Amino acid sequence: MRSRLKVLSDQVRRGLASAALRYVLILLIALAAYGAVLLMAGKDPVKAYGDIVKFTLGTSYGLSEVIVRMIPLLLTAVAVALPSRLGLINVGGEGQLYMGAWLATWGAITFTALPAIAFVPLLIFLGFVGGGSWAAVAGLLRAKGWVNETISTLLMNYVAPLIVGYFVYGAWRSAESSAFPQSPAFPPAARLPRLFGTRIHLGLVLAVLVLAIYWFVMQRTAWGLRMRAIGGNPEAARRLGIRLGWYIVIVLFIAGGIAGLAGMAEVSALHGRLRSGFSPGYGFVGFMISWLAGGSPLGMLLMSFLLAVIFAGGSLLQVTQGVPFAAVNVLMAIILFIVLAQIRFARRRRA
Amino acid sequence: MDIVEQGPLVSLRGISKGFPNVQANDSVDLDFFRGEIHALLGENGAGKSTLMKILYGFYRADRGEIMVNGERQNIRSPLDARRLRIGMVFQTFTLIPALSVAENVALYLPHLPAIPGRARIARQIREVSLRYGLDVDPGATVRDLCIGDQQKVEVLKLLLADARVLIFDEATRVLAPHEIESLFAVLKRLRDDGYSIVFITHKLREVLACADRITVMRRGRIAGTLSCSEATENTLISLMFEAAAPAEMRTAAPGQRTVSATPSLELRGVSAKARGGQTRLKEIDLELHSGEILGVAGVSGNGQRELGDVILGLLPCAAGQKLLFGEDATRWSAGHIRRSGIGFIPEEPLAMGVVPWMTVLQNAALGDLEKYSRCGGLALDWSAVRADVERSYGALGLSAPGPHTQARALSGGNLQRSILARELGRLPRLVVASYPTRGLDVVSATSARRLLATIRDSGASVLLVSEDLDELYGLSDRLIVLFEGRIVRTAFPRDISREEIGHLMTGTGCGHAQ
Repeated sequence: MRSRLKVLSDQVRRGLASAALRYVLILLIALAAYGAVLLMAGKDPVKAYGDIVKFTLGTSYGLSEVIVRMIPLLLTAVAVALPSRLGLINVGGEGQLYMGAWLATWGAITFTALPAIAFVPLLIFLGFVGGGSWAAVAGLLRAKGWVNETISTLLMNYVAPLIVGYFVYGAWRSAESSAFPQSPAFPPAARLPRLFGTRIHLGLVLAVLVLAIYWFVMQRTAWGLRMRAIGGNPEAARRLGIRLGWYIVIVLFIAGGIAGLAGMAEVSALHGRLRSGFSPGYGFVGFMISWLAGGSPLGMLLMSFLLAVIFAGGSLLQVTQGVPFAAVNVLMAIILFIVLAQIRFARRRRA
Repeated sequence: MDIVEQGPLVSLRGISKGFPNVQANDSVDLDFFRGEIHALLGENGAGKSTLMKILYGFYRADRGEIMVNGERQNIRSPLDARRLRIGMVFQTFTLIPALSVAENVALYLPHLPAIPGRARIARQIREVSLRYGLDVDPGATVRDLCIGDQQKVEVLKLLLADARVLIFDEATRVLAPHEIESLFAVLKRLRDDGYSIVFITHKLREVLACADRITVMRRGRIAGTLSCSEATENTLISLMFEAAAPAEMRTAAPGQRTVSATPSLELRGVSAKARGGQTRLKEIDLELHSGEILGVAGVSGNGQRELGDVILGLLPCAAGQKLLFGEDATRWSAGHIRRSGIGFIPEEPLAMGVVPWMTVLQNAALGDLEKYSRCGGLALDWSAVRADVERSYGALGLSAPGPHTQARALSGGNLQRSILARELGRLPRLVVASYPTRGLDVVSATSARRLLATIRDSGASVLLVSEDLDELYGLSDRLIVLFEGRIVRTAFPRDISREEIGHLMTGTGCGHAQ
């Protein structure tokens, strides 16, 4: 028994070591490729990377900003990982994030007189329901066998920001600063509390809690086993009497709700009002994180931290090197490209 | 005979091939001569198909060499094999359904001119088909042909492309009894003309009916080669399974049974639309009583799958009524039906019965999650699952595999046993068994049949879908024959002959293009 445990732990260690090596390699190749891009743009990549490390990981303020960025990334990553256990591909984290923020904003500017103790749970509820119902539409279409969820979630990403835009340019447009399309400010009680005297907010607790629940439900509960059965073999799951359609709708609702929490936390804790285009593509990066980590909770925690560093570095380079913020998208694309190429390569080797 | 003077047409020497976790072929030496039908016999996973796919260039051997006409050849792809005049008919055909017979044949010709002479190809097809009894209309669209005729087109393709070695991989699996007979007649004529035929199968009866020489494979090695005159069922079985030959090949024929007042299952005028496939169920009426096995005969694809799916609640009834144990179950969900005491044995255990990468224990838990859930699903009682697995294997007289083995790592027989244990361990009142012995070796198949007979004797009802007439006759209390989604006949096994079933299964008129 002991020797078996030892063999098992050896295997786990070896697995972790090879996974770590893989991530480091991916990162190195990506950084080298992005360095070449920076060189071509006439920038100094070594200095750029040095700046990133120094200003994000080297100072407590920089680190806190990284964690602020990490919150929506982690939440949207879980929003992708959860349905992926059922074999569902949710590309709609971005749209769900916007709709969570939208419904939360409605609550914040409607029930202005509520005390904070009631407001925070209300915002969490509204953010969840907003993102959740948006994703549940795709779930229903899929469960009925009408539209593939990859297509519908992807396309709905383009609709959600337009809905938000419609409201902030129209009905909700703030009177005080009519120059900017944005909603009125949230009442102070509708701002998520901040932690440690930094910009880090309650969303971090929500994100970690969501991650822990995700792990527990998947690994320990009967529902998790059913969901993994659906992902592993829907044909067998159907024959065993598992209600596929029901699970598809519910799981996409919950996943959308989690992404909605990210949007709610952004507007409530950071911006204090709803603006059009407030997300720099967190939902898409969350998708990447989930696939990079293969849905593993620990992996998502690490990868969302890493990509938060890159995100924070992006705004930094804008200042120090005059590289536009959008340039980080190049780096993200390079990473994604390497990961996809590597998956194909590994598959061919196995075959 | 001049065979010895001429030497073998194809010689395999020391062929070895390993896949991850399994050595499929281990130093195999084998000769094929002109003018012989050579059967490759062995249970599933014995390495027959792999060996022949190496000869056809589909796989490459890790070690060993292949000699054709005494010359060493390096066969790297099916193209190389075809150049050496080696052809193979696969289990799943490689025809293009939308094209005509002549076009399919032309596509396979080694030197197809830019503008193929249609008339010439059609004439050649007619000549060859006349000579070997492979009559197919060259102008017919392949989609419209029955399976037996499609197989003839596959053979024609090889013959017109000048193949001298013809390899048939489980060629009879898809055929009705009288089609098998005519295939054997074709093979014998080809043999008489000097072709070398290799026939892969795991059915003893077929081997004895048509082969000149028989090579038995066991776990990747040659267990022995016999000439037709030396071979008997018993010698072949002992070669296939070493000493562990099954004591009894057939289950006892059923006796007379009493009929219960309320049928376990009753279908009244049930019709169903299939998703994707074109076969529908049309006005099915049937009753299945407790303590009865109802055999369903038919060529696969004639509504068997839909019938099973309708009973299990996976496919809705478009019309008609379904009663389970006297209650109207027409609108019950699959989960409701399963909870009412219905089990299933799927036709493809790995694809339809289990989650391949889950363990034996997890798959067992999936069979009855309500029972093992604690705190409303927040936790699972794995020790109860483990106890149930032990108990249900024990009840079947089997020993359970390691609980943490993944389902996909189990052999075909062990996987089927794990499903039998899970489904029968719940003491079902009705079991839908679809091809429960397909792909199983003789020993596993016999034990699976015995289990079905046992649960029948304990009062359960069984719907047995099978393409093996021996199995249907051996087990069924009553038989129905499905053809194009209809029940074309209901009979007691003693009242209907094999030939009659064969004709009913195929709608008799097969052999002529529409």
